[in-house]
Parts: sequence; C-alpha cells; structure tokens
Amino acid sequence: MAHTHTGLDTPPRHWWEPAHRSEKVWVGIAFAWCMVLFAMMPIWHWKGGQNPSGIRSRTTPVAFMERVQEFITQYQVGDDRGMPIVAPPPGSDIYLVAFSFQWMPILKLQKDVEYTLHLSSLDVNHGFSLYPLNVNFQVVPGYDYGLRVTPTAAGDFRIICNEFCGIGHHVMVGRVIVDDAPAVAGAGGGR
Amino acid sequence: MTTSAASPPVFRTCPATGRRVHLPAERLIKVHAVSSVVALLVGAIAAVLLVLTRWQAVHLLPADWFYRILGVHGMSMLIFFIIFFEMAVLIFASTVLINSRQPALRTSWLAYVLMLGGALMVEWMMWSGRADVLFTSYVPLRADPLFYLGVILFAVGALITVGIFFASLVIAKREGRHEGSLPLVVYGAMTAAIIAVITLVHGAAIYMPTYLWSLGLMEVDPQVYRMVWWGLGHSSQQINVAAMVAIWYMLGALTVGAVVLNEKISRSAFVLYILFISMASAHHLLVDPGMGPAWKIVNTSYFMYMAVLASMIHGFTVPAGMELGMRLRGFTQGLFDWLRRAPWGDPGFSSLMFSVVVFGFVGGITGVTIGTEQINIIVHNTLRVPGHFHATVVSGTAMAFMGATYYLIPLIFRRKVAFWPLAKVQPYLFAGGMLVFTLSMTFAGSFGVPRRHWDISFSMAPFDVQFSPVVDVLLAVVALGGLTAATGAFAFIAIAVASVFFGERLETIPTGRAVPGIPPGLTHPPRHADDVDERNAALHAVSRLGPAPGTLVLVFVFLAAFVLYFYVNWKVLSFLWRIG
Repeated sequence: MAHTHTGLDTPPRHWWEPAHRSEKVWVGIAFAWCMVLFAMMPIWHWKGGQNPSGIRSRTTPVAFMERVQEFITQYQVGDDRGMPIVAPPPGSDIYLVAFSFQWMPILKLQKDVEYTLHLSSLDVNHGFSLYPLNVNFQVVPGYDYGLRVTPTAAGDFRIICNEFCGIGHHVMVGRVIVDDAPAVAGAGGGR
Repeated sequence: MTTSAASPPVFRTCPATGRRVHLPAERLIKVHAVSSVVALLVGAIAAVLLVLTRWQAVHLLPADWFYRILGVHGMSMLIFFIIFFEMAVLIFASTVLINSRQPALRTSWLAYVLMLGGALMVEWMMWSGRADVLFTSYVPLRADPLFYLGVILFAVGALITVGIFFASLVIAKREGRHEGSLPLVVYGAMTAAIIAVITLVHGAAIYMPTYLWSLGLMEVDPQVYRMVWWGLGHSSQQINVAAMVAIWYMLGALTVGAVVLNEKISRSAFVLYILFISMASAHHLLVDPGMGPAWKIVNTSYFMYMAVLASMIHGFTVPAGMELGMRLRGFTQGLFDWLRRAPWGDPGFSSLMFSVVVFGFVGGITGVTIGTEQINIIVHNTLRVPGHFHATVVSGTAMAFMGATYYLIPLIFRRKVAFWPLAKVQPYLFAGGMLVFTLSMTFAGSFGVPRRHWDISFSMAPFDVQFSPVVDVLLAVVALGGLTAATGAFAFIAIAVASVFFGERLETIPTGRAVPGIPPGLTHPPRHADDVDERNAALHAVSRLGPAPGTLVLVFVFLAAFVLYFYVNWKVLSFLWRIG
C-alpha cells in the first residue's frame, strides 16, 4: 500500500512524521498572529479608552428601582411625554433602569465629563444600544453594571433595546441628551 | 459479506468503494438524514418569512409572528437540521468508513425516537405560541414547560447516539474489523462527538434546572443561565466546525483525491479543538455585568486563540491536500492550474470550495474579530452577529453537509441524484446568495441595526430613531441575498427528496463515463497512480514553497485580509465615547 493516502484511508502504521518546512512556517505564523490577537485585549485595557470592565455588583429589582427613584427626585429638571429628564452633576453616579418596554429616566449629560452609569433591569434581559454611536451592553436583572462613561460629543441620542424582551421589544426606546459643557463652570462642571 | 444461512445478509459491499456497509446502520443513517432535511425545510420556510419582514418595504409578518417564526428558524436550523445530520455523519463514520457494524440497534432506534419526539414537542410549543422566547430562551422569559422538556428529550437522544458512536469504535477494534489508527475523517468525526458530549452536558446542566424553574420548583439566575446556556449554544457550533472539517477532508478525497499532508499536524489541530473550543460561551458575555475582564479575555480567546490556530491550520491543510491531490494526478502547471482544472461542475467539489472559502474569509475573520472583548462593544446584538454566524454555520457547515449529501445519495441511498443540472448549480446559488446576505447584514449591523427586531423604523416608539437611508438599501440587499440562498436551499431539498424517494435505483456505479445523476468523483474516481509515493517525494523536493505553493499564496492573502479587518475594527472602536 502506498504511503501517500487520503483522509478516508487508514493511515500507515507510522504517521508521526516531520512536516514540510512550508507547513511549519504557516503554523508558526498563525501562532504568532494568535498571540497578537490575544495581546490586543490587555493592551487596550492599559492604553485604550473603551473597555467593558466597569464596577459590577449584585442588586435586586426593588433596591435598584429605589435608587433610581431617589436619583430622579434629586436631579429632575423636566419631562418629555411623562418621562422624567434628569440632569445629574458632573462626575456623579447616574442610573438607568430597563423594564418592559421602557428606559427610565432620560439622562441629560455634559460633554467631556465622566459619569458612572449604572444599568440594571427590573424584569428580563434587555440590551442597551446607544444610537447612533453603536455602543452596546447587556442589561441583566439582578446585576448592577457600573460603567464609567465620558461623552465626547454633544447631541440627542437614543437608547434602543437590542435584546429580545417580549412583544413590545421594538418600541422600547430611551433618550440621552448631551450638552456642550457650560463655558462658566458653575458647580464644578468640566475638567 | 457475512451471510449466514439462517438470517438475511447484514452487510452489503459497496460497488463503488468496495467498503462493507452494515444494512441496519444504513437504515439509521437514512432516517437521520431525512429528518434533517425535513427540519431544513421548516427552517428555510421560516427564513423566507423573516427576510421578507426585515425588508422594511415589505414588512410581511405581524410582530408576534415575527418573533415566533424567528424562534422556529433558530431551533429548526441550528438544532434539528444540524444535529440530525451530524448523527447521520457519526453513524456513517463509525460503521461504513471503518467497515464496522452499528451496535445496540434497539437503543439506537430509541435514541432516534427520543430526538424526533423532542423535536416535534418543541415545534408544537413554538408554533402554538407557547414558547415565544426565541432560540436562546433567556431566563426569566418563560415558555411552557413542555418546550424545555422537548429540548431535554432531543439532547438525551443525541447523547445516546454519541455514546453508541464511541462504543462502535471500540467494537470495530475488538472484532478486528478495523486495525491501526482511525482514518483522519473518522478522527475528525470523533472530535465532533467528544465536543458533542461536552455540549450536551452543558445542555442538561441548564435545561433541567430551567424545566424545574418553569414548573415553579426552583430559581435560575439570569446571568448563570446565560453562561451555561451558551456552553450549549456556542459549543454546539463547535460540533459543527469539527464535523464540517471532517467532511472537508472527506469531500476533498472523494472529488479530487486530496491527500493528507501530514497526519501529525491535522490531528493535533483536532486535539486543539477538543481542548479549547468549548470556552466560546464567553463570546456572548463580553459586555455582560456578571464576569470580569480577566475571565472574559481568557475564555473568549479559547485560551490564547488555540482553537483559532487549529482552524487556521485546517484552513491550510485542507486546500493544500486538495492541491497536492491534483498535482499528484498530473495538474502541476503554475500556481493555480490545479484550481482552474478542478471539477467545478461536481456539486460535491463546488460545495466544498465555497464552504472552505466563505467559512474562512467571512465567518472566521468576522468571528474572531467580533469575539474580541472590547470590539464586542460595537457588535453585541447588532446584525453583525447573525451576519457572522450565517457565514460559519450556513455557508460553512450547511454548505459542506449539502456537498456530502450529493455523495451520500448514490453511496448510501443507492439512487441517482435527481434534477442533475439543478444539482450542479445549486451550490453556486446557495453560496452566492449567502455571501450577499452575510456581507450586507454585517454592514447593516455596523450602523447599529439591532438583530431580532421587528421594526427598525420604530414607528410606534415614544422617541424617533432615524437610521441612515443606506440601512434600508442594505436590508433590501439582505432580503435579496436571503431569498436567493433560500431558493438554493429549496432546490437542495427538492433534489434530496426526489432522489431519496423517487430517484432511479443504482445497483452499480459505472466508471469511466459521465452519467447524469452520479457525481464525477464516483464515475471518474480520482485514483492515484502506483508510483504516487515517488511523485509525492518529488513534489515535496521541487520548491521551497513546498508541495502546495498555490495554497500557501492563498493563505497569506487570507492573513492579510484578517489583519486588515481586525485593525479597522479597533480604529472604529477608538472613535467612541470613553467607556470603562
């Protein structure tokens, strides 16, 4: 029987043989590329500006909703069709809660200021998708995802729900407003 | 042929390949393959309804039916079509390919009945609106308990068949039906079977608690559900990868006489799959609150991309084996003469090539890129995700399975392939449509268009959302690509059903002349000359580029595309708000 064989044939008794140089070179290059792929993630945590790390903790729907209510009472500046608009001070912890089929409240933020955005859900999984920027995070009931965000552009943004949450999934849209930082920093605005 | 006087013959000898075919195994292969094609039909009808709904200008289904049909599409395709076919492949590999028999026939049939019963139960629950939870059924979305029970029954059936697969490898050895190492194709099938065990254990670990939860008997944490469920959901795609690669090696051998470049390298790559590929659950949790960066980085990279390395190895050895197989048979001109003069009219070969190329260039590159921890921020739950996995599991796995079917029909069902001219163009239709579909879906997703969404015009939402007009065009192109691919799928189903139930019977397979309905790889088997070892040594010695220089050039083109796509995504990511 010939030594050269196909994948359907029983291989010859001794098949642990050295590969041709060309094959070894490809395996070596592929391995090196895999190391580059891997290294990029820690490097971006170190040098890059966009990482899904955050301050993560357990919560309950009741506790999180209480915190959201408190946050709204403290900083509400108006409303849009019944949904409160909240303008928190720069640098503060801000809260956004998802439930079928709404995002509450509307956040009014300042450009180039860092906030800690807390996300959670009262019922099922929801998907936080900031439009038109295309920033996406999973919102899981029972978990508080605290992300440090710094808006780098002013505008009127939308939050689309992109995790299927039930029959009203496609009407679940929230709103984030980002204003240019005030020229005169009143209460410690800007940096 | 073991024929005793008292009992009917249990084996037949294949006239084309000379292999011994265990008749009870053959019957099992047939029922699994037919069940698979029926599931494909259900899934393909669902696919048409879905693309016609997401095409905003048509917007066919009402919201409740859109989500319901989306669930039907996912379960029918990703679970029932694929796993029924894989069970057929496992039985085929552990009997026909090593001249062995299927043991435990009664248990084998019991396993099949469990799978069929489970599948029917799940379909019934979904179609009747009692399981509007989509494919992923994320807790605490709740379905009827029978939905979870149906999945459990299906998984248990599959697990039994996988167990019998291992038993039959042992029995083949013990009964002396097979000696020496397993053929590479069987080794690949065994890899798929091992990954299937890992996957199905995850399935049991999540669906049993969830079943109890649906009955009100226990709690299931939503984040834990997501982690363990994806141990089933993503790892099952890795069964597909391993089975698909095994089929690549098989179709290469059947169509162009592809040889194994180096057993050591190819087998080691399969071992890398077993060791690392099941960590992919993390791909779905990269922007989740439950896990930290270290966990995400280690897991999403399959421990430093060792499973990606395995795919990059197969991505070289499969086409290189085909190139060498062609060169050994005299197609030695230039770099790409072997490719030009390959049997493009053989649907087994064209399916194989499209499967390799689209899986690698589209599915593989997008998959690794979007599975990067930070890049996932601009990808999670957008259309880029289905754009990616339709390139792997549909253009890759399903296309390879279709190619294999064109050979299984004459070899196992012993019929001619019906509608032969249609069969020759079917891979082009399916792969072409799928390519347009996946690319346009990926582009639409990069605008932030969500997946699993009934109405991105947001006509009933409290705040307006205006996507770029480009998105409307892209979604129309998605629909056209999807409809073309669905046409290809329907053509495949028509060919398979007509061949299997009404096809012309084949007692022998004539060689030396082309016969419509029999793939050229069977009528003109790509046999190697007697001096094949000398030719092989000469081809290895002739150039520094090795025995497959054309493939070496192609894989470097692939690597360049990979590097480019990867870093373009980092660049796009860097434009976002600061997040951390």
